[in-house]
Amino acid sequence: MLAFLLATAVMIIRMRNLFAVVMLTGAFSLLTAGLFITLDAVDVAFTEAAVGAGITTVLFLGTLSLTTSREKPATHLPTLPLAVVLITGAALVYGTMDLPGFGDPAAAPHQYVMPEYVSGTETQIGLPNIVTAVLASYRGFDTLGEVGVIFTAGVGVLLLLNGGLGGRARRNGGEGAAPPVSAPTDKRKGPDRA
Amino acid sequence: MIDFAQVLSHYNYWVIITLMMTGLYIIVARGNLIKKIVGLNIFQVSVFLFYITISKVAGGTAPILTGDPDTVYSNPLPHVLILTAIVVGVATTALGLALVVRIKEAFGTIEEDDILEIEHALESETEPQA
Repeated sequence: MLAFLLATAVMIIRMRNLFAVVMLTGAFSLLTAGLFITLDAVDVAFTEAAVGAGITTVLFLGTLSLTTSREKPATHLPTLPLAVVLITGAALVYGTMDLPGFGDPAAAPHQYVMPEYVSGTETQIGLPNIVTAVLASYRGFDTLGEVGVIFTAGVGVLLLLNGGLGGRARRNGGEGAAPPVSAPTDKRKGPDRA
Repeated sequence: MIDFAQVLSHYNYWVIITLMMTGLYIIVARGNLIKKIVGLNIFQVSVFLFYITISKVAGGTAPILTGDPDTVYSNPLPHVLILTAIVVGVATTALGLALVVRIKEAFGTIEEDDILEIEHALESETEPQA
Protein backbone atom coordinates (compact mmCIF):
# COMPACT_ATOMS: atom_id res chain seq x y z
CA MET A 1 0.00 0.00 0.00
CA LEU A 2 2.88 2.32 0.72
CA ALA A 3 4.19 1.44 -2.72
CA PHE A 4 0.83 2.42 -4.27
CA LEU A 5 1.05 5.70 -2.41
CA LEU A 6 4.51 6.35 -3.84
CA ALA A 7 3.35 5.53 -7.36
CA THR A 8 0.46 7.98 -7.02
CA ALA A 9 2.79 10.70 -5.78
CA VAL A 10 5.16 10.18 -8.72
CA MET A 11 2.23 10.36 -11.15
CA ILE A 12 1.18 13.64 -9.53
CA ILE A 13 4.63 15.05 -10.29
CA ARG A 14 4.50 14.00 -13.92
CA MET A 15 0.93 15.00 -14.78
CA ARG A 16 0.34 18.36 -16.41
CA ASN A 17 -3.44 18.21 -16.52
CA LEU A 18 -4.42 19.74 -13.19
CA PHE A 19 -7.82 18.06 -13.24
CA ALA A 20 -6.14 14.64 -13.27
CA VAL A 21 -3.72 15.81 -10.58
CA VAL A 22 -6.60 16.78 -8.31
CA MET A 23 -8.33 13.44 -8.89
CA LEU A 24 -5.08 11.64 -8.09
CA THR A 25 -4.83 13.67 -4.89
CA GLY A 26 -8.23 12.33 -3.90
CA ALA A 27 -7.09 8.77 -4.60
CA PHE A 28 -3.94 9.49 -2.62
CA SER A 29 -6.00 10.56 0.40
CA LEU A 30 -8.17 7.46 0.14
CA LEU A 31 -5.09 5.21 0.04
CA THR A 32 -3.79 7.03 3.11
CA ALA A 33 -7.08 6.37 4.86
CA GLY A 34 -6.68 2.65 4.14
CA LEU A 35 -3.18 2.75 5.55
CA PHE A 36 -4.46 4.47 8.68
CA ILE A 37 -6.85 1.57 9.23
CA THR A 38 -4.06 -0.98 8.97
CA LEU A 39 -2.16 1.11 11.53
CA ASP A 40 -5.12 0.95 13.99
CA ALA A 41 -6.09 4.60 13.58
CA VAL A 42 -9.75 4.18 12.66
CA ASP A 43 -10.90 7.65 13.68
CA VAL A 44 -8.12 9.26 11.70
CA ALA A 45 -8.96 7.04 8.74
CA PHE A 46 -12.54 8.18 8.41
CA THR A 47 -11.63 11.80 8.99
CA GLU A 48 -9.03 11.54 6.23
CA ALA A 49 -11.50 9.82 3.91
CA ALA A 50 -14.21 12.42 4.50
CA VAL A 51 -12.11 15.55 4.80
CA GLY A 52 -8.96 14.75 2.82
CA ALA A 53 -10.52 12.84 -0.05
CA GLY A 54 -13.87 14.64 0.02
CA ILE A 55 -13.74 18.29 1.02
CA THR A 56 -10.21 18.96 -0.22
CA THR A 57 -11.05 17.57 -3.65
CA VAL A 58 -14.17 19.73 -3.82
CA LEU A 59 -12.15 22.80 -2.86
CA PHE A 60 -9.56 22.04 -5.53
CA LEU A 61 -12.22 21.48 -8.17
CA GLY A 62 -13.86 24.78 -7.25
CA THR A 63 -10.53 26.54 -7.68
CA LEU A 64 -9.92 24.83 -11.01
CA SER A 65 -13.27 26.04 -12.29
CA LEU A 66 -12.33 29.60 -11.29
CA THR A 67 -8.83 29.46 -12.76
CA THR A 68 -7.38 27.08 -15.31
CA SER A 69 -6.79 23.37 -15.49
CA ARG A 70 -3.62 23.34 -17.61
CA GLU A 71 -0.11 23.60 -16.29
CA LYS A 72 2.65 25.17 -18.34
CA PRO A 73 5.64 22.92 -19.04
CA ALA A 74 8.57 23.56 -16.74
CA THR A 75 10.98 26.16 -18.06
CA HIS A 76 14.13 25.63 -16.04
CA LEU A 77 16.09 22.54 -15.13
CA PRO A 78 15.14 20.86 -11.87
CA THR A 79 18.75 20.39 -10.75
CA LEU A 80 18.69 22.73 -7.76
CA PRO A 81 15.35 21.53 -6.32
CA LEU A 82 16.46 17.95 -6.84
CA ALA A 83 19.69 18.59 -4.94
CA VAL A 84 17.83 20.32 -2.10
CA VAL A 85 15.33 17.47 -1.88
CA LEU A 86 17.99 14.76 -1.94
CA ILE A 87 20.10 16.43 0.75
CA THR A 88 17.08 17.00 3.00
CA GLY A 89 15.94 13.43 2.46
CA ALA A 90 19.37 12.04 3.29
CA ALA A 91 19.46 14.09 6.49
CA LEU A 92 16.02 12.82 7.49
CA VAL A 93 16.95 9.19 6.79
CA TYR A 94 20.02 9.70 8.94
CA GLY A 95 17.68 11.03 11.65
CA THR A 96 15.47 7.93 11.54
CA MET A 97 18.39 5.77 12.63
CA ASP A 98 17.78 6.88 16.21
CA LEU A 99 14.03 6.30 16.08
CA PRO A 100 12.50 3.29 17.80
CA GLY A 101 11.57 0.42 15.50
CA PHE A 102 8.09 0.08 14.03
CA GLY A 103 5.57 -1.09 16.64
CA ASP A 104 8.09 -1.12 19.50
CA PRO A 105 5.97 -1.05 22.71
CA ALA A 106 8.86 0.41 24.71
CA ALA A 107 9.11 3.50 22.50
CA ALA A 108 9.05 6.88 24.23
CA PRO A 109 5.66 8.09 22.88
CA HIS A 110 3.92 5.17 24.57
CA GLN A 111 5.31 5.93 28.03
CA TYR A 112 4.44 9.33 29.43
CA VAL A 113 0.72 10.19 29.53
CA MET A 114 -0.56 7.44 27.31
CA PRO A 115 -1.10 4.71 29.98
CA GLU A 116 -2.93 7.26 32.10
CA TYR A 117 -5.25 8.18 29.23
CA VAL A 118 -6.00 4.55 28.48
CA SER A 119 -6.72 3.58 32.09
CA GLY A 120 -8.48 6.84 32.90
CA THR A 121 -10.84 6.79 29.95
CA GLU A 122 -13.09 4.18 31.48
CA THR A 123 -13.09 5.48 35.04
CA GLN A 124 -12.89 9.25 34.51
CA ILE A 125 -14.65 9.80 31.21
CA GLY A 126 -16.79 6.73 30.70
CA LEU A 127 -16.51 6.58 26.93
CA PRO A 128 -15.46 3.47 25.07
CA ASN A 129 -13.47 5.36 22.44
CA ILE A 130 -10.18 6.57 23.87
CA VAL A 131 -9.51 8.89 20.94
CA THR A 132 -12.78 10.73 21.56
CA ALA A 133 -12.07 10.94 25.27
CA VAL A 134 -8.63 12.47 24.72
CA LEU A 135 -9.86 14.79 21.98
CA ALA A 136 -12.84 16.21 23.79
CA SER A 137 -11.76 15.99 27.39
CA TYR A 138 -8.08 15.57 28.18
CA ARG A 139 -6.96 17.80 25.34
CA GLY A 140 -10.14 19.81 24.93
CA PHE A 141 -8.22 23.09 24.68
CA ASP A 142 -6.41 21.78 21.60
CA THR A 143 -9.76 21.24 19.96
CA LEU A 144 -10.85 24.74 21.00
CA GLY A 145 -7.70 26.11 19.36
CA GLU A 146 -8.47 24.10 16.25
CA VAL A 147 -11.91 25.69 16.04
CA GLY A 148 -10.19 29.07 16.31
CA VAL A 149 -7.89 28.20 13.41
CA ILE A 150 -10.81 27.09 11.25
CA PHE A 151 -12.74 30.25 12.06
CA THR A 152 -9.74 32.40 11.12
CA ALA A 153 -9.26 30.49 7.88
CA GLY A 154 -12.95 30.81 7.04
CA VAL A 155 -12.91 34.55 7.65
CA GLY A 156 -9.75 34.81 5.57
CA VAL A 157 -11.24 32.91 2.66
CA LEU A 158 -14.40 35.02 2.72
CA LEU A 159 -12.44 38.28 2.86
CA LEU A 160 -10.16 37.20 0.02
CA LEU A 161 -12.96 36.08 -2.25
CA ASN A 162 -15.34 38.94 -1.51
CA GLY A 163 -12.63 41.55 -1.88
CA GLY A 164 -12.68 42.80 1.71
CA LEU A 165 -14.39 45.84 3.12
CA GLY A 166 -14.57 48.09 0.06
CA GLY A 167 -15.75 45.35 -2.19
CA ARG A 168 -14.31 44.17 -5.44
CA ALA A 169 -15.54 47.05 -7.59
CA ARG A 170 -13.44 49.69 -5.86
CA ARG A 171 -10.24 47.72 -6.18
CA ASN A 172 -10.73 46.88 -9.80
CA GLY A 173 -11.46 50.50 -10.71
CA GLY A 174 -9.25 52.29 -8.21
CA GLU A 175 -5.78 51.07 -9.06
CA GLY A 176 -3.95 53.32 -11.47
CA ALA A 177 -1.25 50.98 -12.70
CA ALA A 178 -3.36 47.87 -12.71
CA PRO A 179 -1.62 44.85 -14.18
CA PRO A 180 -3.02 43.49 -17.43
CA VAL A 181 -6.15 42.00 -16.02
CA SER A 182 -7.74 39.42 -18.16
CA ALA A 183 -11.49 39.65 -18.11
CA PRO A 184 -12.21 39.30 -14.40
CA THR A 185 -14.06 36.15 -13.58
CA ASP A 186 -17.47 36.94 -12.25
CA LYS A 187 -18.50 36.02 -8.76
CA ARG A 188 -19.06 32.35 -9.26
CA LYS A 189 -18.19 31.70 -5.68
CA GLY A 190 -19.28 28.17 -4.88
CA PRO A 191 -21.25 27.51 -1.72
CA ASP A 192 -18.57 25.00 -0.75
CA ARG A 193 -16.39 27.85 0.48
CA ALA A 194 -18.41 28.52 3.57
CA MET B 1 25.70 -1.27 11.42
CA ILE B 2 22.49 -1.62 9.42
CA ASP B 3 21.16 -5.13 9.69
CA PHE B 4 18.06 -6.61 8.12
CA ALA B 5 15.88 -6.22 11.20
CA GLN B 6 16.59 -2.53 11.33
CA VAL B 7 15.73 -2.14 7.65
CA LEU B 8 12.39 -3.85 8.26
CA SER B 9 11.57 -1.80 11.33
CA HIS B 10 12.47 1.47 9.60
CA TYR B 11 10.93 0.72 6.19
CA ASN B 12 7.83 2.76 6.99
CA TYR B 13 9.86 5.79 7.99
CA TRP B 14 11.85 5.71 4.79
CA VAL B 15 8.85 5.43 2.51
CA ILE B 16 7.28 8.32 4.42
CA ILE B 17 10.44 10.38 3.96
CA THR B 18 10.39 9.62 0.23
CA LEU B 19 6.78 10.79 0.08
CA MET B 20 7.64 13.90 2.02
CA MET B 21 10.49 14.68 -0.36
CA THR B 22 8.14 14.12 -3.31
CA GLY B 23 5.88 16.79 -1.85
CA LEU B 24 8.80 19.11 -1.21
CA TYR B 25 10.05 18.61 -4.78
CA ILE B 26 6.63 19.55 -6.18
CA ILE B 27 6.55 22.67 -4.02
CA VAL B 28 10.03 23.80 -5.03
CA ALA B 29 10.26 22.73 -8.66
CA ARG B 30 6.80 23.36 -10.07
CA GLY B 31 5.72 26.85 -10.99
CA ASN B 32 1.99 26.27 -11.05
CA LEU B 33 0.42 27.50 -7.82
CA ILE B 34 -2.29 24.82 -7.65
CA LYS B 35 0.35 22.16 -8.16
CA LYS B 36 2.31 23.70 -5.32
CA ILE B 37 -0.68 23.37 -3.00
CA VAL B 38 -1.07 19.74 -4.07
CA GLY B 39 2.59 19.25 -3.13
CA LEU B 40 1.92 20.87 0.23
CA ASN B 41 -0.92 18.39 0.75
CA ILE B 42 1.36 15.43 -0.01
CA PHE B 43 3.93 16.77 2.42
CA GLN B 44 1.22 17.13 5.06
CA VAL B 45 -0.14 13.63 4.55
CA SER B 46 3.34 12.17 4.89
CA VAL B 47 3.68 13.86 8.28
CA PHE B 48 0.31 12.41 9.29
CA LEU B 49 1.50 8.96 8.25
CA PHE B 50 4.66 9.43 10.28
CA TYR B 51 2.70 10.21 13.44
CA ILE B 52 0.32 7.31 12.93
CA THR B 53 3.27 5.00 12.31
CA ILE B 54 4.77 6.07 15.62
CA SER B 55 1.51 5.43 17.44
CA LYS B 56 1.32 1.80 16.27
CA VAL B 57 2.13 -0.76 18.96
CA ALA B 58 2.98 -4.27 17.84
CA GLY B 59 0.08 -6.61 18.61
CA GLY B 60 -2.07 -3.63 19.54
CA THR B 61 -5.61 -2.93 18.45
CA ALA B 62 -7.56 0.24 17.69
CA PRO B 63 -7.87 2.39 20.83
CA ILE B 64 -11.48 1.54 21.60
CA LEU B 65 -12.04 -0.07 24.99
CA THR B 66 -12.84 -3.76 24.74
CA GLY B 67 -13.39 -4.39 28.44
CA ASP B 68 -10.59 -6.94 28.50
CA PRO B 69 -7.80 -5.61 30.79
CA ASP B 70 -5.10 -7.47 28.86
CA THR B 71 -5.79 -5.78 25.53
CA VAL B 72 -2.90 -3.79 24.09
CA TYR B 73 -4.04 -0.55 22.48
CA SER B 74 -2.22 1.53 19.94
CA ASN B 75 -1.31 4.96 21.23
CA PRO B 76 -4.40 7.23 20.96
CA LEU B 77 -2.53 10.49 21.53
CA PRO B 78 -0.97 10.85 18.03
CA HIS B 79 -4.36 9.93 16.57
CA VAL B 80 -5.92 12.89 18.35
CA LEU B 81 -3.15 15.24 17.24
CA ILE B 82 -3.52 14.10 13.64
CA LEU B 83 -7.32 14.44 13.71
CA THR B 84 -6.75 18.07 14.62
CA ALA B 85 -4.00 18.42 12.04
CA ILE B 86 -6.14 17.04 9.19
CA VAL B 87 -8.85 19.61 9.82
CA VAL B 88 -6.36 22.43 10.19
CA GLY B 89 -4.72 21.22 6.99
CA VAL B 90 -7.99 21.59 5.10
CA ALA B 91 -8.38 25.09 6.52
CA THR B 92 -4.93 26.10 5.27
CA THR B 93 -5.59 24.48 1.89
CA ALA B 94 -8.81 26.46 1.55
CA LEU B 95 -6.97 29.67 2.40
CA GLY B 96 -4.22 28.89 -0.09
CA LEU B 97 -6.71 28.14 -2.84
CA ALA B 98 -8.56 31.38 -2.11
CA LEU B 99 -5.25 33.21 -2.52
CA VAL B 100 -4.73 31.43 -5.84
CA VAL B 101 -8.14 32.58 -7.03
CA ARG B 102 -7.31 36.17 -6.08
CA ILE B 103 -3.93 35.97 -7.81
CA LYS B 104 -5.64 34.67 -10.93
CA GLU B 105 -8.02 37.63 -10.84
CA ALA B 106 -5.24 40.15 -10.34
CA PHE B 107 -2.62 38.77 -12.74
CA GLY B 108 -4.60 36.57 -15.11
CA THR B 109 -2.26 33.64 -14.55
CA ILE B 110 -1.33 31.15 -11.86
CA GLU B 111 2.15 30.38 -13.15
CA GLU B 112 4.89 31.69 -10.90
CA ASP B 113 7.17 32.66 -13.80
CA ASP B 114 4.50 34.77 -15.50
CA ILE B 115 3.60 36.48 -12.24
CA LEU B 116 7.24 37.38 -11.60
CA GLU B 117 7.52 38.74 -15.14
CA ILE B 118 4.45 40.94 -14.71
CA GLU B 119 5.70 42.22 -11.36
CA HIS B 120 9.09 42.96 -12.89
CA ALA B 121 7.48 44.92 -15.69
CA LEU B 122 5.43 46.88 -13.16
CA GLU B 123 8.50 47.68 -11.08
CA SER B 124 10.51 48.99 -14.01
CA GLU B 125 7.50 51.12 -14.97
CA THR B 126 7.26 52.83 -11.59
CA GLU B 127 10.97 53.12 -10.80
CA PRO B 128 11.87 56.21 -12.92
CA GLN B 129 9.25 58.29 -11.10
CA ALA B 130 10.55 57.39 -7.66
